[in-house]
Amino acid sequence: MEFKDYYKTLGVERTATADEVKKAYRKLARTYHPDVSKEANAEARFKEIGEAYEVLQDTEKRAAYDQLGNRWREGQEFTPPPDWGAGFEFTQGRASRGEAPDFSDFFSSLFGNFARQADASRARGEDHHAKIVIPLEDAFQGATRTITLRAPQLDAQGRVALREHTLNVRIPKGIRDGQLIRLAGQGAPGAGGAPGGDLYLEVHFDPHALYRVESHDLSLTLPLAPWEAALGATVKAPTPTGVVEVKIPAGSQSGRKLRLKGRGIPGEPAGDLYLVLDVVLPKADTEQAQQIYHTMARELAFNPRKALGV
Amino acid sequence: MDREQDLLTGSVIGDEGVLALEELARACGAEAKWIIELVAVGVLEPQGTDISCWRFRAADLTCARRVFRLQRDFDASLDAAAVMLDLLDQIEQLRARLKRAGQDVDLDVE
Repeated sequence: MEFKDYYKTLGVERTATADEVKKAYRKLARTYHPDVSKEANAEARFKEIGEAYEVLQDTEKRAAYDQLGNRWREGQEFTPPPDWGAGFEFTQGRASRGEAPDFSDFFSSLFGNFARQADASRARGEDHHAKIVIPLEDAFQGATRTITLRAPQLDAQGRVALREHTLNVRIPKGIRDGQLIRLAGQGAPGAGGAPGGDLYLEVHFDPHALYRVESHDLSLTLPLAPWEAALGATVKAPTPTGVVEVKIPAGSQSGRKLRLKGRGIPGEPAGDLYLVLDVVLPKADTEQAQQIYHTMARELAFNPRKALGV
Repeated sequence: MDREQDLLTGSVIGDEGVLALEELARACGAEAKWIIELVAVGVLEPQGTDISCWRFRAADLTCARRVFRLQRDFDASLDAAAVMLDLLDQIEQLRARLKRAGQDVDLDVE
């Protein structure tokens, strides 16, 4: 496993006081908290920062970590020395309130076996949470998706170890962004024969190249030629379930919305698909095209700025 | 039994209230008492009038977990976390509107 330089993660000196450590952590937490940050990798960074703080804010853990000395560099291959942890007694950390911390293998190898007391009594397993990002098409056809999860778990000796497991999950037709799929018994195993916790999968759609999604409705920008918008036309439009022909009313302007009822995400009721019209001008890059524009300018008494009073 | 090979079918939680108070609390790794506080300050609005009949939606769980993290990670009071939540919701709505308007503006402030 790789060595982690917790001082470097928090950007403090090895000699930093408890106050300095706390201050550095707070500032980084504000920047990278996944709920408030839009930084790329905020979640991963926040986890690293939390792990570093978990060790450096705790006098016992920090003292033990400091004993490793300057022998390793960030990212270097690491195995705990044989005398590791002798004479220290670690207590359950601050981060283990509520949800089990998902710290690195490095952390687990150093502190994992002390992080939690094994509870022999009968207790229901904790619920777990994960996100799954699926293509929008899954909501139309339904699908089976495979997800791999890492969850901290207590082994028989009460040590915390990261367990990786793979699940095949049925994505039901009609699923929407933000909905949850609750998988009974797929959370943490229970203790003493008690039932396991549940796994909640938060569903999100991949951004789609064509469709924007709002609840169960979709919208699509439909480009039109000026004559199609002006004279009316029947044009083709893509939908998630196949190409359809749409009648464009004469005199349509850009921004006008046409509703295709029931062409959104399936369900009871099904969502709608909105076509947002977008009139696109042909380029005036040939003699002939320029002639046509000149003719329109001459023949049509058109002032697009009439409403502005000019 | 090799459960990794099984195809799992779950129940979908959406806009309909389905989670009872105890279920929501357990899913958050919190006490029912704390959920009742969230309802009291108006962060969560369950369906049903009597506590024993309360039913929560998917958005309630997402929201409660968010408040839980904000309180835990910033040592924030419930009221402060609730304000943060409102502001974050507003930012999200504005971002979504910008996106719909085709102005996928990079709003990051640094």
